[in-house]
Amino acid sequence: MASPLASPSRHHSIFLMIMRRLRAPLILLVVIISSSVLGLTLIPGPEIDGQARYLSFFHAFYFISYTATTIGFGEIPYSFSDQQRLWVMFCIYLSVIGWAYTIGTVFALLADRNLQQAIAMLRFSRAVRRLADPFYLVCGYGETGRLICQALDQRGFRMVVIEVDETRAGEVDLYSYTADVPTLTADAGNPDTLQSAGLTHPNCIGVIALADSDAANLAISISARLLAPRLPVLARAATRETAANMASFGTAHIINPFERFSHSLGLALHAPAAWHLLTWLTGLPGSAIKRHRTPPHGHWILCGHGRFGRLMLDAMDMESIPVTIIDHHPQSNIDHLWIQGDATGPAALEAAGINDAAGLVACTNSDIDNLSIAVTARMLNKNTFIIIRQNHYSNRALFTAFESDITVIPSEIIAHECLAILSTPLLAPFLEVIRQRDEEWCNWLLQRMTRRMGWTVPEIWSARINFTQAPALYRRLMRGETIALDQILHSHANRYEYLACEALYLSRDNDDALTIPAAATPIHPGDELLLAGHPGARAAFELNIGNEHALNYILTGDELRGSWLWEKFGRH
Amino acid sequence: MNFEKVIFGFFILLAATLNFGFFIGAVDDPVQHDIYELFAALVVSLIATLLKLGDRTHIGAIHLATSLVADLQLLAAAMVWGYASHVTGADPLSASMTARVVSLSGGAFFANSVSVVILIAETIMQRR
Repeated sequence: MASPLASPSRHHSIFLMIMRRLRAPLILLVVIISSSVLGLTLIPGPEIDGQARYLSFFHAFYFISYTATTIGFGEIPYSFSDQQRLWVMFCIYLSVIGWAYTIGTVFALLADRNLQQAIAMLRFSRAVRRLADPFYLVCGYGETGRLICQALDQRGFRMVVIEVDETRAGEVDLYSYTADVPTLTADAGNPDTLQSAGLTHPNCIGVIALADSDAANLAISISARLLAPRLPVLARAATRETAANMASFGTAHIINPFERFSHSLGLALHAPAAWHLLTWLTGLPGSAIKRHRTPPHGHWILCGHGRFGRLMLDAMDMESIPVTIIDHHPQSNIDHLWIQGDATGPAALEAAGINDAAGLVACTNSDIDNLSIAVTARMLNKNTFIIIRQNHYSNRALFTAFESDITVIPSEIIAHECLAILSTPLLAPFLEVIRQRDEEWCNWLLQRMTRRMGWTVPEIWSARINFTQAPALYRRLMRGETIALDQILHSHANRYEYLACEALYLSRDNDDALTIPAAATPIHPGDELLLAGHPGARAAFELNIGNEHALNYILTGDELRGSWLWEKFGRH
Repeated sequence: MNFEKVIFGFFILLAATLNFGFFIGAVDDPVQHDIYELFAALVVSLIATLLKLGDRTHIGAIHLATSLVADLQLLAAAMVWGYASHVTGADPLSASMTARVVSLSGGAFFANSVSVVILIAETIMQRR
């Protein structure tokens, strides 16, 4: 009778599934109770005044009800005859069988994995449907996923998590997020799963694809591209082929951690100041950046010619730095010095010329090997600049103990990149400007910024001058007032002091963009500003542009009257 | 032949026929309405309802609804009968009480007839 075209909602089908399973026990119960009742009404009772008394349906049903439920009030309205007792004996055992069967079915149903999954899915999609705040769809809750979720949670965003591994999905509950995080254990590569996780939900503001396999990330990207084209998609790609594939259908942001790092190393080699500025701007807010040694030019050693090693080699070739490679399996088609051997021992390192090497990259896919290489290298040459690749987050204690110059942690690179893109879309064009500017300019900006704010990673945020984000300022600008950027950067506690923040970038609707806008730049309605500063300065700035009173004070020095009523009085 | 369909059709039809058997006769004459027939109609109607559970089609939903209506009407009739014969203690039932019981079962009979009509319509629509 079920038509293949009918597609009832999930909620409906779970209810129907329970009902179908309970059909047999319920019918059995009805049959047992009704035959018991019928029997009782037909069997002659005790003789009173020479006339056999029969139980009516009313009394029979009453009696069977309390007998079948093991309550047992006794024999009413008269003591039973022996025929009746014989029948009641059958009824008692029959009803016990009926109940045992029903309860057994109910428990089997509750323990049913399919049903549990169906209920979990139902709860999940209901929780997602009811999300009233903007949320990110995070696919994959590994190390990176966890870092991103924690940071998003701190910033007050909601998340929905899909993770294929049950243990990892369980970790979401263990970490105490401020808001509830709906989590589903399922393969995120399935478009249906993505839809019930809120891909097409009006409050979904972004998809972050961090699944373990490239295939899954690819599937997520293409689903998002087709089902929710307006959403920004951030996807991790482990190989260049996947990245190219994702780019081919317009995935907004593709993050390959190793490629990202090799670019940044390339930048560090030819423009140290720009590189410092980038690390300072894209770190985790609040963490202090140690001013790194700049990677030196000179002879480098690369241990491990894998995915990461190859990208590092490309970056160094771009800067024409001589490199010696140590690996177990040499490849013939590479025109670099090549030493076949085990880099963890001093022999291979010495053969590669560690004694006068400027730097060393330990980038095998084993954390222990990398540490071993780095420690040996340090012993042989104290001044070597060491870049070390950390594969697993669980080994972080070892990596912290060994003071490398740079530790490359793929999960952190992805997390930083995602957060920078998500929280401040304006940051990407600004970073692009930094990469293109010359060394002198970067150095000037870095000194100017760090002198004001120190080496702690600043909070970076953007503000659009529109009615929702900056009602007070927007209203004034629409009235035709001219307000300079400098004016709104004052503190509303004391208008002769500046807030601890700087405007980095200003983007206008007509594709006009100003890098480090001058103090006298007039603000236009619709402008978008990128600012960096202390976390407190952000709140103060948002009050400045959003609150009529604060804005009036910093612009004029006058206090506005408190409320509508006082304003009415004040006019007279 | 589908054995499941036989059971299904059997119970639906039996519920209707028993109900009709109880309902037919002078509306206020207790002699013409046997209480055992009401009991049988109620039990068969309950079983028919349970058989209809879990069908996900639109027709299945209407089937279930008609059965629930019949159950409700028959339960109400049984309760009125229980009240009349035990609480007011009249034996045999008074004419007015009999009329109530029978008219309630008449309502149930209508619901059961709808069920039968749907069953027939469904059978006719079946192409195989």
